Amino acid sequence: MPGMFIDVKVSEAVAGDAELSAKLVEVCPVSIFAQVENEPLQIVEENLDECTLCDLCIEAMPKGAVEVRKLYE
Amino acid sequence: MAILIDKNTTFIVQGITGREAVSLTRENLAYGSKIVGGVTPGRAGREVYGVPVYDCVRDITARTKVDGAVVCVPPKFTRDAVFEAIENGIKIIVIVTERIPRLEVAQMVELARLRGARIIGPNCLGIITPGEVKMGGVGGPAEDTRKAYTKGPVGIMSRSGGMTTEIANTLTAAGLGQSTAVSIGGDAIIGTAYAELMPLFEADPETKAIAIYSEPGGRMEAELAEWVAENDSRLPIVAFMAGRFMDEMPGMRFGHAGTIVEGKADTTADKIERMKRSGISVAERIEEIPELIQQRLAESR
Amino acid sequence: MRFYEYESKELFERHGLPLGKRGLAHTREEAREHAEQIGGPVVLKSQVLSGGRMKAGAVKFADTPDEAAQLFDEILPIVVNGQTAKSILVEEKSPIAQEYYVAITWDGRRKLPVLIFSDMGGIDIEEVAEKHPDHVSQTHISTILPFTPRLAKEAIGATGVTGSALNRLTPIVTTLVEIFLAYDLTLAEINPLVRLEDGRFLVLDGHIDLEAEARDKHSALVEELGIGADETRQARPPTPFETAGAKVDASDHRGVAGNVVEFDGDLGLVIGAGGGSLTLFDAVRKHGGRPANYCEIGGNPSVKKACELTKLVLSKPEVAKIAVMMNVVSNTRVDIVARGVIKGVVESGRDPAETITIFRIPGSWEEEGFKILERYGVEYCDRSVSMYEAAGRAVAKMQAES
Ligand code: SF4
Repeated sequence: MPGMFIDVKVSEAVAGDAELSAKLVEVCPVSIFAQVENEPLQIVEENLDECTLCDLCIEAMPKGAVEVRKLYE
Repeated sequence: MAILIDKNTTFIVQGITGREAVSLTRENLAYGSKIVGGVTPGRAGREVYGVPVYDCVRDITARTKVDGAVVCVPPKFTRDAVFEAIENGIKIIVIVTERIPRLEVAQMVELARLRGARIIGPNCLGIITPGEVKMGGVGGPAEDTRKAYTKGPVGIMSRSGGMTTEIANTLTAAGLGQSTAVSIGGDAIIGTAYAELMPLFEADPETKAIAIYSEPGGRMEAELAEWVAENDSRLPIVAFMAGRFMDEMPGMRFGHAGTIVEGKADTTADKIERMKRSGISVAERIEEIPELIQQRLAESR
Repeated sequence: MRFYEYESKELFERHGLPLGKRGLAHTREEAREHAEQIGGPVVLKSQVLSGGRMKAGAVKFADTPDEAAQLFDEILPIVVNGQTAKSILVEEKSPIAQEYYVAITWDGRRKLPVLIFSDMGGIDIEEVAEKHPDHVSQTHISTILPFTPRLAKEAIGATGVTGSALNRLTPIVTTLVEIFLAYDLTLAEINPLVRLEDGRFLVLDGHIDLEAEARDKHSALVEELGIGADETRQARPPTPFETAGAKVDASDHRGVAGNVVEFDGDLGLVIGAGGGSLTLFDAVRKHGGRPANYCEIGGNPSVKKACELTKLVLSKPEVAKIAVMMNVVSNTRVDIVARGVIKGVVESGRDPAETITIFRIPGSWEEEGFKILERYGVEYCDRSVSMYEAAGRAVAKMQAES
């Protein structure tokens, strides 16, 4: 489920890559990404609307792997 | 010219690796401020936006000239940080931290007095000389700061950080720039009150008028009114008094620690009365400030 | 935060100040027992956080334990300046030869503590200062140098007190200053401090105020005195609405969305920051609006916090609409507040376009914020509309409805 204002999508390739996923968990200042061992990366739905649009997740990943969508646009 | 700080002012940020301090550092650098170092004990060797971090203030003052310090450390450590700055010869100290017990503030102010240093704050957003330098969080990101603040003849002193920018913005919109704006802090005891800044503005040829934001609590306005009456100031002053509703509710306490209305303290009505009697114009609304300043400037010509 | 008389006395006694025999009574039986133990005449004093007890009839004298029990019932229900007592202090009554006043408080102008002493205690000190200035001394105290008795001696001597009284008073005054400095007090007052006919000195009444900012620092003392974490000790106890507001603010560490104060109007306010809130509240009232609450948003609150605050304000049945206003912000993000407020309105089952009279928060990230507001059809304005004007628009909308 997207948030009310923000949705974040991560490519399957990145979500399945433990190292890249760990990087996402680390960079996001509002804990939108979470990792559980041996599972693909998870999006923490209740934190989505806290997204600060800082783009740190986008910059940390290969081009196009992470998409941050403003649902109000 | 301006007061307190200009484009050549060098300063350090104490507690530079903290969350708020990091953004403050970035914003200040982007505005053109000269930050010559930062201090966080145990973090020597790091950098924050290219500013080198040290363990002690002495490690910076030993190598380079340091005029000022912005103190951004948690309340428990603020007194120590300020003492460190003062004892290493730093002369202008902006304390951003809020919720510092009054006794500790008094100790900092007393030591500063003994050593000839000046404290701005605590619980303030600092100082800005538009177009040259800012020291502290005042105005926020450089680009927002440029929108609200422009160079010009009006000095601002405000007990609220946010209202410093609101007033600057209103002045700017009316074509009146600012010489220096000082967010003096919202606590009951602060390093530098209105009356203590007046002589500096008075001596600054660029400053032609003063705008003041005031709140309930304390006797700072009475002190200012006395100063104005005694010194025959050349500067027209326009003040805005917020929180008038609090006159009707004695004993209520609000966020700014200084905003306490107790039995015999000055009510906002008392403050307005005192200021008016000493020749200070009191604006009913923020947007009247530029008008009143223009009028007063025209009269004094 | 203010301490009750019995708590202040407890602290005084720990530091060796001379106090009379006394006991705290919560029931008439306890009052009787204390009076019996003390033996002889006693005074019963209502424990409220307010002056004016004598005038309200909440201080009375009893000669016998039976009378003490009876007076307990009489005094307990008396309301003193809006405060009702939970307990009554029963204390020995002794013949007084002379009353003194001593207090330490802050001088905000000199930025130092000031010791006030008078040999005319027991009455209103402001009145003494006015009518008999030579009987009141003011002595400033360094916060850096150690406090030594000579300052107390000078303060006492300045009012003309000499002889053995001077020497007996000096250590008492010194101790009170030490207490003031040791516990980050904003007021330490003994009024009156008395010399009894038998020559003893006693603290008859006194109270202290601990600085709210220093409460955590002295949590041990607060706990030892039995003061609960939820006791705010303000002039007026918080309403449930205000307590809920404090909870919202404490829910996470990001930013401020609190200092909620309840009023009885119909326009809910989601306003900030500190100074901005004061300014906006005045503006709403000046336009004839009736605020339902005061609050302060500041720093960089999370979406969640702004959302919860909005929901709280809307939870009051009389709140028809809200106004969302701040001064030009530089640290708070316009879009984050917009998200939080709209979410709060929607989660309260209301329509943002209908419920939000005006959104006036110009400043950082405003373009993004305005996009959100537009999407939900909320009326907003930028910095070209003053705070006063914005408040006027909100009030006009309220009035158009009713
Ligand atoms: S843009 Fe920033 S806040 Fe938003 S998801 Fe990416 S890292 Fe997190």
